[in-house]
Amino acid sequence: MSLENYLDQKGRIFDIQKYSIHDGPGIRTIVFLKGCYLRCRWCCNPESQEYDIQNMTVAGKTKVIGRDVTVREIMPEILKDIQYYRRSGGGVTLSGGESLAQPDFTEALLYACKVNGLHTAMESTGHAKFEVIERILPHLDLYLMDIKHMDSQKHQEFTTQPNGLILENARKIAERAKELIIRVPVIPTFNNTPEEIRAISEFAASLPNVKELHLLPYHRLGQDKYEGLGRKYLLDGIEPLNNDDMLPLLAVAEKSGLKCQIGG
Amino acid sequence: MAKFNSEPVKKSPRIDRLLDRYFASVPEIDADRAVLVTESYKATENEPMVTRRAKAFEHILKNIPIVIREDELIVGSSSKKSRGCQTFPEFSYDWLEAEFDTVANRIADPFNISKETCEKLAEANKYWKGRTTSELATSYMTPETKTAIKHNLFTVGNYYYNGVGHICVKYDEVLAIGYEGIIAKTEALLKALRPGDMDCGRKTHFYEAVIISCKAVIEYAERYAKLAEEEAAKCSDSVRKAELLQIAKNCHNVPRKGATSFYEACQTVWFIQQLLQVESSGHSISPGRFDQYMYPYYKKDIDNGVITREFAQELIDCFWIKLNDINKVRDAASAEGFAGYSLFQNLIVGGQNAAGIDVTNDLSFMCIDAAMHVMLPQPSLSIRVWNGTPHELMMKAATLTRTGVGLPAYYNDEVIIPSLLSRGVSLEDARNYCIIGCVEPQAPGKTEGWHDAAFFNMLRPLEMVFSNGYEDGELVTIETGDVANMKTFEEFYDAYKAQMNYAIELLVNADNAVDLAHMERCPLPFESCMVDGCLESGKTLQEGGAIYNFTGPQGFGIANVTDALVAIRTLVFEQKLLTLAEFKVALQENFGAAMDDATVSKITQSVAQSVAASGTPITEDLIKSIYEQVKQSAVSPEKKQKYDALLAAIDELPKYGNDIEEIDLFAKDVAYTYTRPMETYKNPRGGMFQAGLYPVSANVPLGAQTGATPDGRLAGKPIADGVGPASGRDKLGPTAAANSVARLDHGIASNGTLYNQKFHPSALSSTSALEKFVSYIRGYFDQKGMHVQFNVVSRETLLDAQQNPEKYKSLVVRVAGYSALFTSLSRSLQDDIINRTTQGF
Repeated sequence: MSLENYLDQKGRIFDIQKYSIHDGPGIRTIVFLKGCYLRCRWCCNPESQEYDIQNMTVAGKTKVIGRDVTVREIMPEILKDIQYYRRSGGGVTLSGGESLAQPDFTEALLYACKVNGLHTAMESTGHAKFEVIERILPHLDLYLMDIKHMDSQKHQEFTTQPNGLILENARKIAERAKELIIRVPVIPTFNNTPEEIRAISEFAASLPNVKELHLLPYHRLGQDKYEGLGRKYLLDGIEPLNNDDMLPLLAVAEKSGLKCQIGG
Repeated sequence: MAKFNSEPVKKSPRIDRLLDRYFASVPEIDADRAVLVTESYKATENEPMVTRRAKAFEHILKNIPIVIREDELIVGSSSKKSRGCQTFPEFSYDWLEAEFDTVANRIADPFNISKETCEKLAEANKYWKGRTTSELATSYMTPETKTAIKHNLFTVGNYYYNGVGHICVKYDEVLAIGYEGIIAKTEALLKALRPGDMDCGRKTHFYEAVIISCKAVIEYAERYAKLAEEEAAKCSDSVRKAELLQIAKNCHNVPRKGATSFYEACQTVWFIQQLLQVESSGHSISPGRFDQYMYPYYKKDIDNGVITREFAQELIDCFWIKLNDINKVRDAASAEGFAGYSLFQNLIVGGQNAAGIDVTNDLSFMCIDAAMHVMLPQPSLSIRVWNGTPHELMMKAATLTRTGVGLPAYYNDEVIIPSLLSRGVSLEDARNYCIIGCVEPQAPGKTEGWHDAAFFNMLRPLEMVFSNGYEDGELVTIETGDVANMKTFEEFYDAYKAQMNYAIELLVNADNAVDLAHMERCPLPFESCMVDGCLESGKTLQEGGAIYNFTGPQGFGIANVTDALVAIRTLVFEQKLLTLAEFKVALQENFGAAMDDATVSKITQSVAQSVAASGTPITEDLIKSIYEQVKQSAVSPEKKQKYDALLAAIDELPKYGNDIEEIDLFAKDVAYTYTRPMETYKNPRGGMFQAGLYPVSANVPLGAQTGATPDGRLAGKPIADGVGPASGRDKLGPTAAANSVARLDHGIASNGTLYNQKFHPSALSSTSALEKFVSYIRGYFDQKGMHVQFNVVSRETLLDAQQNPEKYKSLVVRVAGYSALFTSLSRSLQDDIINRTTQGF
């Protein structure tokens, strides 16, 4: 794609959320893109995973999830909160789904944000060809990258993909991104032991330029959506993590020397 | 070095003791003032009214019981018990007499009243028939106005039945020269009068009345000095004894003379504050820019080592508690409109001075700490915000917001100053504005603003369009034609504007009638001597003596009217889903929701009338059968289905509060239907009318009197509270809602606009979240929002408080332009607060 026609670039999103305060600095608007390479069992946005437009039952009513938009169409929506971005040092965060699964749209949208002087961030698994990521990085101020597990087999078991490509990309991104923050969804039965957290945080600390690590405690706010999509929630019965569960893990992570926090 | 010493000091144990006693006290009505004012009036029958007022004030202050409460450092109490109240029969009395048996148990703001008090009040009340301001006001109103009031088009009940209040006087001048200084000024003016002057007689009596009033205040303070000495003599605790002797010394010095210390300054301000509320029953007596006029006294004492920060904070905290010590009983209907025993004593910190320089100081921070220490509804703490407001002050204010106490309210200098300028206020005075009552800006010490002049429910004219001006068989407003014949949306909207214009003119008529009544029957010499212009012109405030005069009636329901008009435009004229006539029936039938008997009767009556109009004779049996049919028809399954579909279609429409430019600009136009006609009228004091856009808490009781509306709001449900979106209609979070609100023209609503937001505690839990919250307020203000305030309390907490009120005796929430104890509010108002959209993340 050429950036010449970036405003007409089409993409598929399923939500735009304002006043987001946990996904990058300041007050942000999150654009949720549809489609993901991974199928994480804990995913709180299961409606984001399929690229296809779907029906989901929400509070007894059928809701169509996903719509095709151009950058031109959604920029005005994003710019509505520009005063709040300016005052708070906020901006736009792309989430999903996986933005890298729609590279042309992601690149065009981020470019449009930069044309308007907005701070840009992206929450991403990093599971894509590096050529794709390379196109995105010039327009991205902050890469929020998940590292979920250091053991590839367990990674695959819980997310359907091995972690090799992700870990490889992590190093390249760290070298080239303006800023990279590593985020770890902490999921009971998956990665909530001190050993697992230590392994991830040591890896994160070994990446050049990475200074921060966020531990995101498991919650089950997305559980109803699985039902709404007619899917089974595989983590049924697992209790959300509270602060007391998280503090020992935070202490472990901090040993890596990184600045660590609970929550985004 | 940091610019401010904003380090909080610890709360003194005294404050907790005072608070414990506050919460243990039950509001009670006293008869003393009513008896004394009656005695005095009887003795002064043939004297000029202003003299009678001064002599009544003097008689009250000489004889009303005085009390120094345990542990108090600042003294002066209008009632024997904490949270008690006096009554003011010169404004109105019959409503209280009618409520003698019920006032203790009514839903909103109950008061205990003893049998003895009832007897004393009943005896005093005998004198007042035909002598009150409210009776005189009624006689000044046109018949059309009385009809409109009877049909709840608007209410001017506040000043109709009570004093006006709503003022910020020159605390700074009394602090500087004391009442002896004011007496000296007045005596000089008196001396300068020439017998041949056109208004020599009137001015003479006014000046003499001022002198009588000021002397009475000095004597009243002297009574406290003596009482403190007596109590000190009896006191065995040496610490308390010393405190009482200091109190005696203070009350001997001030407010007779100018204050010489911060402590004396606190005592001075309290006496002014208390006694303004003895002279008249007007509420919203607002201390205004306390951090500004008190700062010189604070700084001097701190610099000279006369006072510690700890003691200064303790005094401020004591002043805060005193502001909660006074109380006011209103009639049951008004009590619902101003629910929560609120006195609306607005105190504002921060902002710029007359020269446009930010003057935030250490006291600004200490005032916020005082609010955190006492966690009480009074004073209504406000903060002025502009580009020069220090971030530190914003963070401090946000920390108070986070406690959930509903304070402070945030005001935008960048909107309010130009707004006041547009009303003829000078640049210097506009920059020095303070807030009165809920949200009303004024130039302090120079204004008689009449800020809370009426509640105007903007949905009622919409109902009048549908009913062609009729209600209960009576022509209430004007005929704008049968809606069935309206061919375009513009025709309908024009009919709405015509109904608005008509009702607004009657509102003006009502307000001006009440204004004249106060001018004739209740001039207030004490209040007037502390407002610029009065002494100079020789006129009381009520006669138009102030530099700036306004009347500010508040309209509300913009969100509902906007959503309703959009529904009509889209569903009737664009989609042609139904006709206006069908919409009218849908509203009458309350969208098929179960109707109460009153509604069924109302519809029956209207059907019977049209049957009668067609020539069929009406019999009792026929009415019975219509009644049954109406009752049945409203809930038949087919109808239910039809109406559910209609409600669903309404639900789908774009709504105000979601940052949709086209809808918001329409809302702006809707607001103009109220604000623009208003500014064309004048009051008897020579000032202009200026609209406000806020309902206090009247959106609930007045919503209860309003039928179903085309925005899908069912009959009797609350109306949107302030300029915010209708309850539950905003779906896109706080920035989208605020952007919609900011699109209204706040500047033209120079009597104030009110925007309530509710945040879940989780959205303010960390420092970083608090920083974002502050940015959010700044972002809203960048877009020219005028005011915003927050309830930060979880839905669960509020629901639990409804179930277990005894556990939540001290839970304070934001109601409208003020906070109140949640458990003191009526169930429906509690529900309204719970149902305001919560912004959680």
